Amino acid sequence: MSAVEQSVAVATRLDPHALRRDFPILAREVHGRPLVYLDNAASTQKPQAVIDAELNCYRRYYANVHRGVHTLSQESTAAFEGARGRVRRFLNAPSEQEIVFVRGTTEAINLVAHSFVAPRVKPGDEIVVTHMEHHSNIVPWQLLCERTGAVLRVVPITDAGEFTVADVEAALTPRTRFLSLVHVSNVLGTVNPVREIVAAAKAHGVPVLVDGAQATPHMPVDVQALDADFYAFSGHKVYGPTGIGALYGRYDLLAEMTPYQGGGDMIRSVSFAGTEYADPPARFEAGTPHIAGAIGFGAAVDYLMEVGLERIAAHEAELVAHAAEAVAAVPGVRLIGAPRQRAGAVSFVMKEAHPHDIATILDQQGIAIRAGHHCTEPLMERYGVPATARASFGLYNTREEVDALVEGLHKVNRLFGLGT
Amino acid sequence: MAEIDALYQALILEHNRNPRRHRILEPCTHHASGRNPVCGDQVDLYLRLDGEVVEDAAFQGEGCAISTASASLMVELAPGRSVAELRALFAVFEAVLHGRCAPDEVDMEALAPLAGVRYFPGRLGCAVLPWQTLLRALPPMDV
Ligand SMILES: Cc1ncc(COP(=O)(O)O)c(C=O)c1O
Repeated sequence: MSAVEQSVAVATRLDPHALRRDFPILAREVHGRPLVYLDNAASTQKPQAVIDAELNCYRRYYANVHRGVHTLSQESTAAFEGARGRVRRFLNAPSEQEIVFVRGTTEAINLVAHSFVAPRVKPGDEIVVTHMEHHSNIVPWQLLCERTGAVLRVVPITDAGEFTVADVEAALTPRTRFLSLVHVSNVLGTVNPVREIVAAAKAHGVPVLVDGAQATPHMPVDVQALDADFYAFSGHKVYGPTGIGALYGRYDLLAEMTPYQGGGDMIRSVSFAGTEYADPPARFEAGTPHIAGAIGFGAAVDYLMEVGLERIAAHEAELVAHAAEAVAAVPGVRLIGAPRQRAGAVSFVMKEAHPHDIATILDQQGIAIRAGHHCTEPLMERYGVPATARASFGLYNTREEVDALVEGLHKVNRLFGLGT
Repeated sequence: MAEIDALYQALILEHNRNPRRHRILEPCTHHASGRNPVCGDQVDLYLRLDGEVVEDAAFQGEGCAISTASASLMVELAPGRSVAELRALFAVFEAVLHGRCAPDEVDMEALAPLAGVRYFPGRLGCAVLPWQTLLRALPPMDV
């Protein structure tokens, strides 16, 4: 795209109705109603470009990567490494060698805990997370603490579902060895001031991992601007395949790290006298990778860059603000959290109906939302609710779909005896 | 396709709003906690057994309309029944929920209003949670 075309693209509003045609599944019906898919924080639907990329890999050039001189292996390797280049561009990482393919955010965090943090902590050292983390950014650190005698400290959040840079700084002590925090909350939708927090942590000499699982689908992410040491995200949440994701890590840090798993592809030479590890990223990619998945992942981030992340962000900001307002106006509804900067998700509870009942009644009208604790039990406890209902949005969602959701919630009230 | 009213029958909604025997039972001879980790539904079940017969039953907990109504119906019908009778009734209930038999082929007794849950596979766990908790509270079966 030329610079002129690009500025035109940013200036024009995204038309979700047009983009919906790229997603075959959105044409289907559920219980005789058009599908209204509002469970994008759990996973997103796939555009034809992603489906085709994976399909073409298997139909035209599939073979194992990095190990063959034959044509298919070379083509496969080129496509696989091409995907790494696309992910690099998506994050604006300085180098492709800083992009490690993993199964997803969960594996990325476990990798960093195992290979970067564990060797650096002693009993009594501290790891800092926040109260709004997904279990995947809590449990790996608890496991690490069990093994090493380190201590997990938690940055508290306000009722609005926010914390400030000062709150994070208050949790940092001379014993803090690592900070791991979520960019965008999968429950509250809170967009955290990650850039300022990273700067503050660095001033204390604390390296930082940012869990970008819920930021990458909704806004442009530039790891150089954020200055994060590690940035993790999942393919399936950015309209790509499951089973593939990426860890960005600063090269000098990756180069110091020990492997995560041992096996093929991650070594330079193996003998029973000793094994020399490959350079990053191969050092962290033991075994045959998810080849077609990585290629589909590359197609997904390409798709997002083509649509334009600024346009996606603008469209979704409008949609999610409308949703928060319209849902809150339904009698009996209480929103969970009121962040000033929100992306992607709106969580709520209803006076008369449990989240599970809400989800079933909406499903009967073709509307898919999520009910449960969303893998954030400490956050549920913070708000004193066992579960929430969550509507979460993607680039293909429309205002009409928000209105369908609101109409569905009125139906919940009617069924449960709160006539509205 | 089942209509939503098949699930949320009037009696279910009524039990959800006014659950019966919704309290801690003191003294009690048997107690168990049940939890559905997927959705956070939670039930605490209390029983007072006189030999093989349930003398009194009560529950506490937090959950959706289906699990609350199922627990409420269960503790309402339990007193006066033998442990074996309750096991047999649960077997019938489960058979209907999993489609192994039709509701009109068996006697679901007071559980009949819950038959509609069989059309909602995502909700089966809610309906059986109180019963699974009951089985765990009971003394192990003689074999
Ligand atoms: C904020 C956040 N972090 C991490 C994860 C884990 O991602 P994955 O299951 O793809 O590893 C999720 C997914 O729900 C998430 O929302």
